[in-house]
Amino acid sequence: MELTGAQILMKVLEEEGVETIFGYPGGAVIDIYDELMKSGLRHVLVRHEQGAVHAADGYARASGKVGVCLVTSGPGATNTVTGIASAYMDSIPVVVFTGQVPTGLIGNDAFQEVDIVGITRPCTKHNYLVKSVDDMARVVKEAFYLARSGRPGPVLVDIPKDIASARTGYKPIKELSMRSYNPTYKPYRKQLKKVVKMVVRAKRPLIFAGGGVILSKSADELTRFARRGKIPVTTSLMGLGAFPGSDPLWLGMIGMHGTYRANMSSSQCDLLLAVGVRFDDRVTGKTDAFAAQAQIVHIDIDPTSIRKNIPVTVPVVGDCRFTLEQLNGLLEEENLGNLEEKRTPWLEQIEVWKQEARLTYDQKEIIKPQYVIEKLYELTGGKAIITTEVGQNQMWAAQYYHFDEPGHFITSGGLGVMGFGLPAAIGAQMAHPDKMVVDVAGDGSIQMNIQELATAVQNRLPIKVVILNNGYLGMVRQWQQLFYEKRYACTCMDCAPDFVKLAEAYGAVGLRATRPEEVETVLAEGLESDRTVIMDFLVEKEECVYPMVPAGAPITEMLLV
Amino acid sequence: MIEEKHVLTMLVDNEPGVLSRVAGLFAGRGYNIESLCVAETVTPNVSRITITTKANEVLIEQIIKQLRKLVNVIKLRDLTGKLSVKREMALICVQAKPEHRAEILRIVDIFRCKVVDVGQEHYILEVTGDEGKLTALINLLTPMGIKKIARSGTLALFREPK
Ligand SMILES: Cc1ncc(C[n+]2csc(CCOP(=O)(O)OP(=O)(O)O)c2C)c(N)n1
Ligand SMILES: [Mg+2]
Repeated sequence: MELTGAQILMKVLEEEGVETIFGYPGGAVIDIYDELMKSGLRHVLVRHEQGAVHAADGYARASGKVGVCLVTSGPGATNTVTGIASAYMDSIPVVVFTGQVPTGLIGNDAFQEVDIVGITRPCTKHNYLVKSVDDMARVVKEAFYLARSGRPGPVLVDIPKDIASARTGYKPIKELSMRSYNPTYKPYRKQLKKVVKMVVRAKRPLIFAGGGVILSKSADELTRFARRGKIPVTTSLMGLGAFPGSDPLWLGMIGMHGTYRANMSSSQCDLLLAVGVRFDDRVTGKTDAFAAQAQIVHIDIDPTSIRKNIPVTVPVVGDCRFTLEQLNGLLEEENLGNLEEKRTPWLEQIEVWKQEARLTYDQKEIIKPQYVIEKLYELTGGKAIITTEVGQNQMWAAQYYHFDEPGHFITSGGLGVMGFGLPAAIGAQMAHPDKMVVDVAGDGSIQMNIQELATAVQNRLPIKVVILNNGYLGMVRQWQQLFYEKRYACTCMDCAPDFVKLAEAYGAVGLRATRPEEVETVLAEGLESDRTVIMDFLVEKEECVYPMVPAGAPITEMLLV
Repeated sequence: MIEEKHVLTMLVDNEPGVLSRVAGLFAGRGYNIESLCVAETVTPNVSRITITTKANEVLIEQIIKQLRKLVNVIKLRDLTGKLSVKREMALICVQAKPEHRAEILRIVDIFRCKVVDVGQEHYILEVTGDEGKLTALINLLTPMGIKKIARSGTLALFREPK
């Protein structure tokens, strides 16, 4: 069967089970859009290509499938770079198709030509320039395979215009062979036996889980393991939802804005089981002091994560799900004896830390941002998918909304890119039309991709945006307050739009709360609506996120309120 | 931790952009490259890259893992301290004043170099050897004036079992 490059692309997308594409057209992809229209795929027209990638990212995290984007060459392609970099740092499976100028013009500084493969080399898991239509099927197939297998990540496929219209014979590719790509899923059993022995022997064990648990869909296995081994659990920002936030063994998040008890536990534990994490500096603080008393077991599918930042006692290279299943099997067989009794002093110590310094705030005349999140948690029954922008809003969402399930907290962790939350919410809502999706936003961040409100309204997505409006680039202002003697250089957001009117201008609903007693009613009204809603909460301007560990300090040196 | 010199040899897909991925990895992550050689092998579509770098124990482990993670890297080996053959070639253009000519030729003889070009004022020497030999030669020639030098960087192969 003779097909064009564009037709082959559609075929492979169908084979890969793609249903939704986020994109923005242009000259170089006009042939592909022409075919896309004829296909059964749903295309979501974003308002900026950065939004397309964040939406695909949100879609991937909420659905567990690969997110897909399609954009044109040149500016379309460069606009995706921030989104790709975010997906890369958070290991999110996304495939980005970019148009390119015709092959004959490549290298000539043609109109809207950019070397996007060169630009994105360091921020993709892999990328391709399709140089012959004969390669199209294989390259697209490989792109999906690479994006979702091993440690997932974004893959970019650059398609010159003439390749999209060139014809070739097509037969579906049944099997891929990539001689140089072979992720390790199965860990050494010998290592696992060692780990189980260490768990049984440990007096003060701690599990530190991360995004890898969520990506490998192993939250249930992790929970089983922790409960049977009676091991308290903390997670990184990316790991929220990997363990039920309502479980008594839950300590809250670790790190720069982690809970007192999680951070203290990490410094006092004698065994740290790190699962699907990469020991980011926002977690470890000063690395020499991190988990200094512990033997460290590090489980991760990416060998580069291991021994990169932290020396480990037992490295385990393997898929988290596979590894935890095996560990659970081994732990079942083990006679745990009086484990309950043995753990008691440790769990009691943790309880003491909990009582010493809980997450708290003081709700007086002005709305506290934490209060808004707490009410949001209550009113949504903890069931909403929460996306976030970046800054204080993100940290308060992480601290005060408790996640019982994976895939419900969607945030730009590694890159920390403002403007992520709204488009990510669009993606999440596309993946789960029946779920409540809320973007917890800051007044600064929301303005970075506010144009996506049009996308939400056009697609009748009942997304809720909760703006914690403090009139500041709050997180930066917090650093200035604490470490730069309150010199608020360029962090005051004096001239913000009226978000209620802005919502209305876009055809969404706009609501505002200015006093604490309005918080609940505004939230209730907004959440009730079946339309896109912006809720503007005028909150305490100079509130800080606590605890806070100053950058580079040991994470036990927390500023507490 | 002490830094040591490591010679990494790897087979890679012979495709455009692969060298850039490897070099970009070193640049982007702040690893150092002392020398780098690339050329095709006898297998179609496979090239060999040899890189010499300086790193401590922890860092070299990270460098190797990062390289292996590149989709286009097929196989990689650290040839440091192993049974391997390491060679470098250099072309050296040395100033050849009449009073130095005999001395240069004697050195050429001792080091088993070849004179590949002769002029009124210069010789171009071709030399192959390990790092120590090249350094020694360069040290001896320096007083006469080295006008230009082109070094290939280290090439290395693992010695097959006898
Ligand atoms: C694209 C981008 N630019 C700059 C920053 C640096 N930055 C981190 S948090 C922050 C403030 C965000 O302000 P806002 O969205 O109002 O959130 P708040 O901290 O006030 O809740 C800034 C500027 C960033 N993370 N991303
Ligand atoms: Mg703000």
